[in-house]
Amino acid sequence: MSGLSVENISMRFDLPNGASVQALQDVSLQLKEGELLSVLGPSGCGKTTLLNILAGFLAPTEGRIVINNHTVTGPGAERGMVFQKGALFEWMSVRENVGFGPRMKGMANAKKNEIVNHLLDVVGLQDFKEKAVYELSGGMQQRVALARCLANEPDVILMDEPLGALDALTREKMQGLVLKLWKETGKTIILITHSVEEALLLGERLIVMAPRPGRIHKEYELPFAERGVGADLREVKKSESFAETRDEILSMIWDMEEEIMGRTEATS
Amino acid sequence: MIPFLIYVAIFIGSFFAVKAIAKGMTKTSDFTSLKTVTFGDESAVTPNKVASIISIATIFLLWGAFTGSWLTPIHVPGPFQGEGAFTYTAQTADGTTDDATVSVIVHAVGEPVDAPTVEPGDGFAKNDAMSLAVWRSDLIRVDRNDEVTRDDGATVIAVNGQPIAPGGEVSIDIGSVSMTPKGTLNFEPAKGWQMEPIWLPPPEQVVYRLWNIAKDGYRNFTLFEHLGYSLFRVVVGFVLGALVGIPLGYAMGLSNWFRGWFDPIVEFMRPVPPLALIPLIIIWFGIGETGKIILLFLASLWIMTISARSGVSGVNISKIHAAYSLGASKAQIMRHVIVPNSLPEIFTGARVAMGVCWGTVVAAELVAAEQGAGQMIVAASKFQLTDIVIMGIILIGIIGFGIDILMRWGERVLVPWKGKS
Ligand SMILES: Nc1ncnc2c1ncn2[C@@H]1O[C@H](COP(=O)(O)OP(=O)(O)OP(=O)(O)O)[C@@H](O)[C@H]1O
Ligand SMILES: [Mg+2]
Repeated sequence: MSGLSVENISMRFDLPNGASVQALQDVSLQLKEGELLSVLGPSGCGKTTLLNILAGFLAPTEGRIVINNHTVTGPGAERGMVFQKGALFEWMSVRENVGFGPRMKGMANAKKNEIVNHLLDVVGLQDFKEKAVYELSGGMQQRVALARCLANEPDVILMDEPLGALDALTREKMQGLVLKLWKETGKTIILITHSVEEALLLGERLIVMAPRPGRIHKEYELPFAERGVGADLREVKKSESFAETRDEILSMIWDMEEEIMGRTEATS
Repeated sequence: MIPFLIYVAIFIGSFFAVKAIAKGMTKTSDFTSLKTVTFGDESAVTPNKVASIISIATIFLLWGAFTGSWLTPIHVPGPFQGEGAFTYTAQTADGTTDDATVSVIVHAVGEPVDAPTVEPGDGFAKNDAMSLAVWRSDLIRVDRNDEVTRDDGATVIAVNGQPIAPGGEVSIDIGSVSMTPKGTLNFEPAKGWQMEPIWLPPPEQVVYRLWNIAKDGYRNFTLFEHLGYSLFRVVVGFVLGALVGIPLGYAMGLSNWFRGWFDPIVEFMRPVPPLALIPLIIIWFGIGETGKIILLFLASLWIMTISARSGVSGVNISKIHAAYSLGASKAQIMRHVIVPNSLPEIFTGARVAMGVCWGTVVAAELVAAEQGAGQMIVAASKFQLTDIVIMGIILIGIIGFGIDILMRWGERVLVPWKGKS
């Protein structure tokens, strides 16, 4: 089967003091090729842990991940990552950052340059290709990160709050870019976010996770991503169904946060 | 004390003077100058260039003023030099008194002048003459040529009309005269406020020495050789330390076994000042080049190891994860991520290590060496050649400063991303 399946993943961290944290409990989900899944949930519900397991940086205590009929045992080039920040290589120019994956594969220079140039055009950074990455704004840096990930032609792109460090306006532009890239490249994307609006706008599907133990609380199929491609995202946000779903999810997460607070207050 | 007070006065005075002058000039309006809150805002504090210039000028001014240098227009009062005289009053056992004059010539150090010949004069006390160098004092038995001497029961009862007794002292216009318990006079010309060159030579003498030693060398080695030897030891010791320390630090940052094995050693050796190793190094390796280079090797080794180790551990895990996800192998991650990421830390370590090595080499040469910057000044100090000592200290400072500038420049060129992530 082509696509990605998460099969009964559980993750428990044993702490040095003898206690243990159940970060994930029996999480399962299936993604078809080309789907865009956004993941929401209160802080500490195991979103990053799930993504790290998908990327192969962590081995789950139970369950397995299967991608294109292969079980994940470690990191691999078929799963690209986009981090919130700090993952670009400061000692390389924009061009070298984007070309990193092809270069590691030993791709010929001409071909590599072609890919890099194309992607720099796509993310609109052609004029900055010889600049150092620390000379760019936060939004530009995230565009470099996206381009670097795409240059490697991964099957699945994993994003952990990729737009979390950006201001509202830049963020909106970048959301449009993510949608455009998703549609043009047809990649499977898993996107973690803290913004309910972003999750609704970008996710074809959406899971809301609950904490302690981390698990999938509710799943949605959403029409907004399709609508948003090439359209004005602000128009999409204005629709009534968007506002309804947003409010429903917001109050759901709000309740979970309340519960956590109540529980910690009770225990302390 | 007085030089310090003058220094403080110049510090405060120039502050107000410069401030008053700056007020009259056109105001710039860059960001910092427009800030209204500057107290407590560290970024608003930049070194005032005028203050730096005045600061350096003040040091030379004080140095010159207190050493009678011709570089500075004003001097504090110098020692008495030239011709002068004082009178003494002698009294015989039966109570008759008589005055006589002592003519004095105070000459420059190293340029002796004969005492002037004087008329004996009348009365039983005869005139005397003496010659001595500035900053010195001299005994004079004024009664020796008198008709009635100490042995005949005569005593000196006054100098310049002021009464004096054994153990006493009177001050006169050209210095002071004291009397020993036996009744001999001791003349000490006024010293003034200036420093004696054997304590602090004037700046031009230091410059002259520099020129002299640069031309003729010192103790069988040219100045260039002295400094070159010190630099050579530092560079060789440092390079060896870096060659061993950096790979060791990487290994400690990447492997549990290496970390466990070397942690106790590194943590123990780090706080041991390299200077404390000098005696052991001398016992084991003698005072030759080997010992010095091993000492500097050890001085830089731990610093480089620790900086390489923290350079590796300091890598943002996202970068490593990103590289793995982009398909990089372990060797490629080492080469393209870990090494470049650790370079800023290593450069910081190298700067510290170079500074420590330079200090250590000078100290080691002070203890034992045949040539080198430290050896040069310690040898000169044994002969009270203060000008060479000061010249050496200034050269050591300049070279140390130069090394640091060079390292900083290298850092800017080679690791421009330092502090940017
Ligand atoms: N290395 C670790 N050792 C121990 N516990 C961990 C570790 N990593 C995560 N956890 C725990 O696992 C739980 C889930 O963490 P995770 O980082 O996945 O949350 P998250 O949903 O990404 O939170 P956020 O939205 O704040 O990023 C938390 O309770 C956290 O304390
Ligand atoms: Mg997280």
